[in-house]
Amino acid sequence: MSETPLVRIRDVKKHFVADRSFFGRPRRWVRAVDGVSLDIAEGETLGLVGESGCGKSTLGRVVLRLHEPTAGQIFYGDQEITHLSGSKMRPLRHKMQIIFQDPYGSLNPRMTVRAAVAEALRQRVSGLVSSEEEDRVGDLLERVGLRREHMRRYPHEFSGGQRQRIGIARALAVDPRFIVADEPISALDVSVQAQIVNLLMDLQDELSLSYLFIAHDLTVVEYISHRVAVMYLGRVVELAPASAIYASPRHPYTKALLSAVPIMDPSKRRKRILLEGDVPSPLDPPRGCTFHPRCPLAEQGLCDREAPELKAAEEGHLVSCHLAE
Amino acid sequence: MDPRAFRRFKKNKGALFGAFLVTIVLLVAFVGPFVSSQDPNEQYRTQLLTDEGVPRGPMVVPGHLLGGDTIGRDELARLLHGGAVSMQVAIFATALTVLIGLYVGVTSGFFGGLYDSVLMRLVDVLLSMPFLLVAIAINRVVDNPALSALYVLLGLISWTTLARVTRAKTMQVREMEYVQAARALGLSRTRIVFRHVLPNVLGPAIVIGTTLVAQMIIVESAMSYLGLGVQPPRASWGSMLREGQEMMAHAPRLMLYPAAFIVMAVFGFNLLGEGLRDAFDPKD
Repeated sequence: MSETPLVRIRDVKKHFVADRSFFGRPRRWVRAVDGVSLDIAEGETLGLVGESGCGKSTLGRVVLRLHEPTAGQIFYGDQEITHLSGSKMRPLRHKMQIIFQDPYGSLNPRMTVRAAVAEALRQRVSGLVSSEEEDRVGDLLERVGLRREHMRRYPHEFSGGQRQRIGIARALAVDPRFIVADEPISALDVSVQAQIVNLLMDLQDELSLSYLFIAHDLTVVEYISHRVAVMYLGRVVELAPASAIYASPRHPYTKALLSAVPIMDPSKRRKRILLEGDVPSPLDPPRGCTFHPRCPLAEQGLCDREAPELKAAEEGHLVSCHLAE
Repeated sequence: MDPRAFRRFKKNKGALFGAFLVTIVLLVAFVGPFVSSQDPNEQYRTQLLTDEGVPRGPMVVPGHLLGGDTIGRDELARLLHGGAVSMQVAIFATALTVLIGLYVGVTSGFFGGLYDSVLMRLVDVLLSMPFLLVAIAINRVVDNPALSALYVLLGLISWTTLARVTRAKTMQVREMEYVQAARALGLSRTRIVFRHVLPNVLGPAIVIGTTLVAQMIIVESAMSYLGLGVQPPRASWGSMLREGQEMMAHAPRLMLYPAAFIVMAVFGFNLLGEGLRDAFDPKD
């Protein structure tokens, strides 16, 4: 891992308008992402976990400027891309790609695999003659574990895992350095999940890609990630190397999440920490620490008043909790 | 055209039958008038009407294959010439409707915002105006309008439903992950709209478009009745249907002939439209 991060996210916020007044002025906001800072180094996989609705997918899309951030800065290398215009952003789009969760929605049903991958390819290299193009598309398909002759088929002729491979081939066609993997395996069968995860890891080794790997399955994230960030209600509550998160979680929310991971060995039982209540609405997040209404440790007068900052509990292990020691 | 789409189309019996019907109707309408030897507007009162004024039937009078109409004109010649008018209006009005409707629907659904709001309020305004009132109002302003004015008017008024449907579908497609992926690849907006959005919203537009062809034939006859568009004695299938009504008891065939052609056109275009939609959908 090199020293300068490939992608830096600084205090990024994304608020969606939930309700408008009669004259179109925003009345209420959903704070989907509410001040997140993260670094992703070259060749690194940063896992991003959290419950549904915590803003992890939104964050992934904001990083690629598929959603415009409400506030904050995003850097690719040394370049700030937060406010780049469409035409200036275009060359950088080749560097940053995305793989989606839904293998059925991520491919245009009316384009053959060849057309879909070639369209991406043409974004980077122009003036390929048809046979060269076919060659390159075939190479890409083989690289992701498909056969060359698959290029003539339509997306609906493939299984979920194969479609996910096509999505990966399309992303690879522009030769990216950084890929947001937005729950790429959540919709797949468990047996296929492992194949896709291994494919992603092999590609990382070969091409020294960086991933922002979004998931809610903690075991997979531990396996693939170098570092893991845990999100709750639009904020990062804990950020640490994968091994540290799993061995010694600091934040009570992380502890609760980890206690829900099933353990294969029946002789080893872990105490389940059951969280009470539902995730509060991001329309109206709780004051102070957003986790305090559900936190088993919450202290009156502290946690419901002051929002904790994300600070280092030890080298490389950041926690956002008043009571984490 | 994608050869596979063509193959799918050829395998679809309904679509082929639709294409067959449409071909017949188009031949009748656009080649028929050149073949026909009779003047559609000349009255042959003595030959084609009985003394009581009832039109004589088909195969009775030589040279007038289908007999006479209500006032003794050659029924066959009127059917052929009337077809040209009806089909011209139906096809051009529909084409214009589909073009405007698709353009408005796709762009306002895709871009949203103020642009979308303005266009959709315009749709509300147009939908709130009774069609016939507008037609009458225009008729007061334009004297003796050309046939082209009729289908331009029909096109300018009828695109609203199609625009709404395609707008809704576009908004749905816009959020699909393949459109997000296309944006992430840095594709231009034009390319995203034409390659990723348009092909996936075309289905409902084709279906609405084919039913529009039928509606336009009927609306044209209503418009002629109001004095806009085809004026008597010029024939159209719609106006022949209306004229035939007067003698329904004595000569029902005068309604049946134009009605049969309208049904053929409607049925044919519907089957053809559905066939095209299915042929271009790789899933079928």
